[in-house]
Amino acid sequence: MVKTMAFPESTSSTSAKTGSALLETPARTSPPAAFAVKNLSIWYGEKQAIRNVSIDIPSKAITAIIGPSGCGKSTFLRCLNRMHELVPRTRIEGDIRFYGEDLYGGGVDPAVVRRRVGMVFQKSNPFPTMSIEDNVLVGLRLNGVRDRRVLNQRLEQSLRMAALWDEVKHDLKKPGMSISGGQQQRLCIARALAVEPEVLLMDEPCSALDPIATAKIEELIRELRDKYTIVIVTHNMQQASRVSDKTAFFYVGELIEFGDTTQLFNRPRERQTEDYITGRFG
Amino acid sequence: MIKASGGDRHRWRKFKSGLASTLSFSSALLVIAPLALVFFHLVISGATSVNWDFFTHLPAPVGEKGGGMANAIVGTLELLALASLVGVPIGVLGGVYLAEYGSARINWGLRFVADVLNGVPSITWGVVVYGLVVLRFKSFSAYAGGLALGLMMIPLIMRTTEEVLLLVPNGYREASLALGIARWKTIVHIVMKTASKGIVTGILLALARIAGETAPLLFTAFGNRFWNHDLAEPIAALPLQIFAYAISPYDDWHRQAWAGALILVVGIFFINVLVRFLTRERTATVL
Repeated sequence: MVKTMAFPESTSSTSAKTGSALLETPARTSPPAAFAVKNLSIWYGEKQAIRNVSIDIPSKAITAIIGPSGCGKSTFLRCLNRMHELVPRTRIEGDIRFYGEDLYGGGVDPAVVRRRVGMVFQKSNPFPTMSIEDNVLVGLRLNGVRDRRVLNQRLEQSLRMAALWDEVKHDLKKPGMSISGGQQQRLCIARALAVEPEVLLMDEPCSALDPIATAKIEELIRELRDKYTIVIVTHNMQQASRVSDKTAFFYVGELIEFGDTTQLFNRPRERQTEDYITGRFG
Repeated sequence: MIKASGGDRHRWRKFKSGLASTLSFSSALLVIAPLALVFFHLVISGATSVNWDFFTHLPAPVGEKGGGMANAIVGTLELLALASLVGVPIGVLGGVYLAEYGSARINWGLRFVADVLNGVPSITWGVVVYGLVVLRFKSFSAYAGGLALGLMMIPLIMRTTEEVLLLVPNGYREASLALGIARWKTIVHIVMKTASKGIVTGILLALARIAGETAPLLFTAFGNRFWNHDLAEPIAALPLQIFAYAISPYDDWHRQAWAGALILVVGIFFINVLVRFLTRERTATVL
């Protein structure tokens, strides 16, 4: 299991396909950074969750964040759209620039940040009181979009991008909770895409799904790569190696290593990275 | 060997088990028995006086046969509506504050106050409103009665609203906020909508609780033997009418009091059935 992870053709048919796709597509030459993070530290009360992290997350590429539980990867992801602020008594130090703009500058409205930087959660969470259609459109409606044509167009477009349209186009009025778990997660992706964000943050989006649903979501993530900057937190190292261009390895709040995914999995520079990806701990 | 010594012990354990279940079963019976007795007695004494006239006629003057409680039934409904105007918005918004906004320390204080208010004897509310409203405007009124009942509803609704809002999983709040939806819109359109059946249930339970209150109405709504045409005037209410008739010396009025009590209990019973219906739906979906 150890060294084959970056060449997963031996594990399953889906991963074989992606593995070869990954080998055929060379890692891109560094495009401009979507997020420029400098000396970031985050505390929850007394507990420090992120320690002095500096990282440039590339635009229009897929960045995976891996690391053992409690290493701060979710916290890091959430500070990119200011969701970590919802936890009381958080404190942040350092600097995050989103295409040059200070994400934490005075007068920056977190709601506006979150419209530009969307998020998909670990557990699919379609709103239980709403139909499939209303779930997709809720972000637009509650942000004031009333034009029926715009809504209809965005509904189909978002569901198509989330590769769900063909499965639900006749059932748009059915409750969002009535579809399968994998479909619900894709519905949540469609919901996030409907407000037309530039970035999609994904917090272990497949961890509650079976392998087939996981494969569908991974395929979807790769299709979204040209239009969106994607940051995905995952426990699953095969998944990181299958879908991402860049990989960051976090350990107890520190960024240990960040590089091209093929390099990080095949020739890790740091000892801790190698220990983790070869399964010696974590 | 297990069998050899097991016989006695087995019997002893069976005995203890039987004793425990007998005791708890009889306790359960003791809980149900009063309700059954009250209801039985109400039906026996009141059902004969419940007729069409009872719902459509004003109380008859002393000595005359017949008459009804039409004004008291309508009066109770009007008082409940007035009470809801006070109790529902303040109670629901207070519950929203507790569940969604307040800091731990403020919430602790608010919950404590709400729980104490829930325990305040109902006649106290009547006295307070008498002092604040009736004395000032120099008149008993439907407004005063509605206010007294409404004040009673506030802590009840506040606590139930808080509880059902806290049942809404945080994932929905996060999902909404992550779409760039403002916090208040998230609360109104996502959280409260998800918990709407629970909130309505809390309101109905509060209504059922105050519908039969007499003490807060004694010197606020005061009662009225005729139709109320002005909410600034005294108004009839079922519990008041029952009270007045029950302490009267006339057999005919006693029978009417029983009938009124029966109607009141049946009404509250139906509110509870409605609540059951709503909560059953609630468990069928997520909340």
